[in-house]
Amino acid sequence: MSKGTLRQVLLLTDGCSNAGEDPTAIAALAKEHGITVNVIGIMEESRNGSQGLKEVEEIALSGGGVSQIVYARQLSQTVQMVTRKAMTQTIQGVVNKELQQILGEDHELEDLAPAKRGQVVEVVDDLGETMDLEVVILVDTSASMTDKLPMVQEALVDLSVSLRSRTGGNRFALYSFPGRRRDVEKQLGWTPELDSLAGVFKKLTPGGLTPTGPALQEALRIFRNRMNTSEDRWDERSGLEETGM
Amino acid sequence: MRDQVSKKQGCNLTPGETVIGRWHGNRYRVIRELGRGATGTVYLVSSEKGQAALKAGSDAMSITSEVNVLQHFSKVQGEHLGPSLFDVDDFTAADGTYPFYVMEYIEGEEVIPFVQKRGVEWSGILAVQLLGDLDRLHQAGWIFGDLKPENLLVTGPPYRVRWFDVGGTTRSGRAIKEFTEFFDRGYWGLGGRKADPSYDLFAVAMILINSAFPARFERREKDNLSLLLKKTAERPALKQFAPVIRRALTGKYKEAMEMRKDLMDRIGTGSPRRERKAAQPQTGVPAAPVIPATRKAHRKVRKTLRKTPSGIVETLLVAAFLLLGYGLYLFVQIM
Repeated sequence: MSKGTLRQVLLLTDGCSNAGEDPTAIAALAKEHGITVNVIGIMEESRNGSQGLKEVEEIALSGGGVSQIVYARQLSQTVQMVTRKAMTQTIQGVVNKELQQILGEDHELEDLAPAKRGQVVEVVDDLGETMDLEVVILVDTSASMTDKLPMVQEALVDLSVSLRSRTGGNRFALYSFPGRRRDVEKQLGWTPELDSLAGVFKKLTPGGLTPTGPALQEALRIFRNRMNTSEDRWDERSGLEETGM
Repeated sequence: MRDQVSKKQGCNLTPGETVIGRWHGNRYRVIRELGRGATGTVYLVSSEKGQAALKAGSDAMSITSEVNVLQHFSKVQGEHLGPSLFDVDDFTAADGTYPFYVMEYIEGEEVIPFVQKRGVEWSGILAVQLLGDLDRLHQAGWIFGDLKPENLLVTGPPYRVRWFDVGGTTRSGRAIKEFTEFFDRGYWGLGGRKADPSYDLFAVAMILINSAFPARFERREKDNLSLLLKKTAERPALKQFAPVIRRALTGKYKEAMEMRKDLMDRIGTGSPRRERKAAQPQTGVPAAPVIPATRKAHRKVRKTLRKTPSGIVETLLVAAFLLLGYGLYLFVQIM
């Protein structure tokens, strides 16, 4: 299998979307494009907003990704865990598909004798270490997120530290929603590391609506632009685009 | 609610229940739960071959990943590096199939309570033992990764530190798989998360700090190195290791053996009051001198335990007499 690129959206939000398209639908569309959507729901320590949490789970489910609810304090470790987990999950999906081709339908890792699983897992581990990774990070900056943004910033820098330790390449893009004039605002274009985050969120004016759907739509557009412009470079990519898990 | 990452987390075995492997047909009877980790639950079980630890999870991927590590360990093994692996299999429960593996049951005490009970001089000695094991692991091309007191046990007597959860072990040169913030150099802004020996040595220094600050503490926005060094200087038990800790925190040690040697030199020159005790089981584990020290410690503990209740009784008696006296005094005054 040739080396390819993993594409992920990482959505950080604290609750319900209330403007634009249904985010679950956009997530499902992203999945069809081979892009996984991961969602981290940031919870208020004092409050228990179970409604927003349900949406968090649903978006990730239809986006073929991973979701996790956390208190702001635990954010750093969670962000990197979710990203890693989603990578493994996607790669595992591809490997499982290959296995099915070799072993026939309805065969998955669990159907192999434990002794044979080891090798499959090593392949997945290898790919996770060496594949290139592209992440569009979407940060909800609506009013209720204001006091959580410093922690979000810290967690993202930390994510960058983790991913940089891999052998494979990394590219990040950072967007916030709602923007000052538009639904979504660009904070950082494609960059290999997130060290330059200091001050990014200070410019923000949190408030107003939470257009999660349009934000996901924008992430999808960013990926498609990138895929089109670099078509020939990624030409020999394996079937990763079609993976869904 | 917090476990939404995994699809099913329902693997719950109750004491008395028997697990039968789907592939190898071995039977394990659950005695009790030993602990819960990110990837599964560990149970104490009895099998034909005696007691063992069984780890069952829901994700074949992560369980297999750990099995891989344990298998590599068994190849490295000269003497006890991590638990030995006995069996890998699946069992079927009402709600699905769960992968599990069975390993050696390591019985011992957690590091921090052990040091608190027996004396701080143990923290340096346990670190020396740990560094010897780490060196062998590093030589074999592996980095422990998630090194922390919770993943270590002290077995014995003779007392010896051993690691029992090897889930985070990563091949040298790769990105660290699992980590815990307090012991992670990335968290303190003192390095990346690429697996190399100095990553583990940083964690050893943090374990030393943790043994003097059992409650741990959080990072500051910047200048965390001076925070850690300040904390080190605050505790006499740590202060003697300060130069070693500083070198480990700044990634100056490229090999576990360098740090081990420096640490051993330091243990020898500790405060005079402590010297005799601390100098005892430096390398290996000479069994003879350890045991008397242990008995003494036992006796000391028992003595203080006995003293405490009688002290309370005395205080209460004195207070009662005083009250009685005061009551009589009042009584006399009124009359």
